[in-house]
Amino acid sequence: MRRNLLTLTILILILFLSVLSKNLDPYIYQILVFFGINSILAVSLNLINGFTGQFSIGHAGFMAAGGYFSAALSVYQGEKLLNILSFLPKDLAQGAIFLVFLILGGLFSAILGLIIGIPTLRLKGDYLAIATLGFGEIIRVAILNLDVVGGPRGFPGIPKLTDITWVTFWAFIAVVVIYRIINSSHGRAIISIREDETASESMGINTTYYKVLAFSIGAFFAGIAGGLFAHYLMMLHPSSFTFMRSVEILLMIVLGGLGSITGSIFGAFILTVLPEALRGFAHLRLIIYSLTLIIMMLVRPSGLIGNREISFYRIFKFLRRKGIN
Amino acid sequence: MVDILQQIINGISLGSIYALIALGYTMVYGILRLINFAHGDIFMVGAFIGYFALGSWNLPFALGLVIAMIGASVVGMIIERFAYRPLRTAPRISLLITAIGVSFLLENLMVLIVGASPRSFPQSIPVDIYNIGGLILTNRQIIILLISILLMILLQFIVMRTKIGKAMRAVSQDKEMALMLGINIDSVIAFTFALGSALAAAGGVLVGLYFNKIEPYMGVMPGLKAFVAAVLGGIGIIPGAMLGGFILGIAEILVSAFISSTVRDAVAFIILIIILLVRPSGLLGKYMREKV
Repeated sequence: MRRNLLTLTILILILFLSVLSKNLDPYIYQILVFFGINSILAVSLNLINGFTGQFSIGHAGFMAAGGYFSAALSVYQGEKLLNILSFLPKDLAQGAIFLVFLILGGLFSAILGLIIGIPTLRLKGDYLAIATLGFGEIIRVAILNLDVVGGPRGFPGIPKLTDITWVTFWAFIAVVVIYRIINSSHGRAIISIREDETASESMGINTTYYKVLAFSIGAFFAGIAGGLFAHYLMMLHPSSFTFMRSVEILLMIVLGGLGSITGSIFGAFILTVLPEALRGFAHLRLIIYSLTLIIMMLVRPSGLIGNREISFYRIFKFLRRKGIN
Repeated sequence: MVDILQQIINGISLGSIYALIALGYTMVYGILRLINFAHGDIFMVGAFIGYFALGSWNLPFALGLVIAMIGASVVGMIIERFAYRPLRTAPRISLLITAIGVSFLLENLMVLIVGASPRSFPQSIPVDIYNIGGLILTNRQIIILLISILLMILLQFIVMRTKIGKAMRAVSQDKEMALMLGINIDSVIAFTFALGSALAAAGGVLVGLYFNKIEPYMGVMPGLKAFVAAVLGGIGIIPGAMLGGFILGIAEILVSAFISSTVRDAVAFIILIIILLVRPSGLLGKYMREKV
C-alpha cells in the first residue's frame, strides 16, 4: 500500500476539496467532474488494455449501457423508491437510491461485458479490437432503436444527482479496486496473459477466465462512469457514445502509459484540460489529438509514464539518490 | 419476388463498392498483418479528389476517376512511409493505435480544408433508367458494377501474372525469406498500399456518383464494413474480399428494405461476430494451426 500512498493522498485531498467546493467557480467545477469521470473510464480501460493486454476499443458502448440503464431506473423508478423510503431524510434516501442505481447500471454493463467477452475474448489482437468496436456500435444502434430511452431524440429528464463528491468517491473506488486486483495473485495471472498468453496458459492459468474477469470489471466501472455522466448532464444522447468517445479514452491510457494506474489518471487529466485550453482552436483540437496519438507511438510507445506508477516511495527513492550523489 | 430481386440489384451495386474497399484491407493485412484503419479515410480522400477533378476542373468522368486513384495512392504511400514503416518491428498494438491516429488525422485535416458539411458530388453522368420486366436498373448501377469488375480483374492480373504481384505474394507468405531472395520489401509494401488506396479511391468516386453526397466522415462506416467484408471472405485472400463485399452489400440492403433501416449499420457487425465465432478464417480461408 505504501507505493500507492501518493494516489491515495491525492484522492483524499480531492475528497476534502470537493466538500469545500460548494462555492467553486462552476466552470472549474465541471472540469473537475469530467476529470473524475474520465479517470474512472481510463483506469477501467487500462485494466483491459494495459494490464490484460486485450485490445478493446468499445469502451464507450459499456459506458452508454451503464449510463442509460441507471438513468432509466432513475427516471422510471426513482420517484417510487423515494416514496417508499420517505421515512428517511430526503438527502439520505436520494443518495442511497442513487448508489443502488449506479451499481445496478454498472452490473448491467458488467453482465453485458460477460456476454460479449466470452465469445470475443477467444479472438486475438486486431480481431478482438474490431469485435469490441462492433459491439460498441451495436450497443449504440440498439439504443437508437429503443423508444423507452428516447431513441434518436435523446433521453432527457434525468435527475441531477452527481456531484463532485460522488465522482471522487467512485474514482477512488475504481483505483483502489483495480490496484488491489493487479497486486494480488489474480493480478499476476492477468499480467502474465499480457506478457505471453501461450506461456501463461501452459503454466496452468485459466486465461479465458481471467480475460473475461478483467473485461467485466472494466465494463462495470465504465457503466458506473456512464451513470455518473448521465446524472450530471441530466440528458443522454446516443451521439455521446460513438467510436470517437472510445478513441478518446484509448488516447488517455496511451498517453499516460498502458499498464499504469497513475498514468491513466494523468492521461485523463491531460485530455480533460487540454480541450479546454484549446477551446479557441476547436477545429484544430482533433488534429492535435490524432497527431499526438501518432507521434506518441513513433517516439514513445510506452506512454509518458510507461508502466511505472508515481508514488511517494519512488519520489523518496529518487530524492535520496539525488541527495547522496 | 420482383421486390426481392430489385433489392438484390441495389445490394450488388453497394456490394461492389464494399468489395473495392475490402480489397485494399485484405492486401495490406496479407502483407503487414495490420488493420489499416485509415483505409476508409483514404476512400474519402479519393472521393474528394474526384470531387475537385470533376467539379472544379470539369474533367470527363473516366479521367477524374484515374486522377482520384493516382492521388489516393500517393496519399497511401505517404502514410505508409511516415506512419507505418518506422513501426514495422514494433508490437502490433502500436501499429494499430497509429492506424487509428492516421484515420482521425485524415478526417480532421479534411474537415479543416473543406469544412464538415456534406457536398453534393458533380453529376457528370446523367441518369438513365431502364425498366426490365418491372425491375428498375439505372445506368449508374451498371457503370459501378462494370468499373468494379474491371478493376478486380486488373488487380487479379497484377497479383497473379506480373513480377511485382509475385513479389507481393512472396512477401505476404514470408517476409524474411522474401528479403533473402532479394525482394525489396519496402517497395513491395509501398506498392501494395498504392494499389489498395487506388481501389479505395475508385470506390469513393463511385459512392459519390451513386449516393450523390460526400463529407469528411463518409469513410468511417464503409471502411469498417469493408473490413468486415474482408474478414467474411477470409482476410488476406483477394477473391474472398470480393465475395465478402457482395454478400455484405446484399445483406445490408435486404435488411434495411425488409426489416428496418435503422439496424442497417448493425448488420455488418452482427455478421462479423457470427463469422468470427463460427469460422474465424473466413468463408474461403483455411484453418491455420497456431504455432508457438
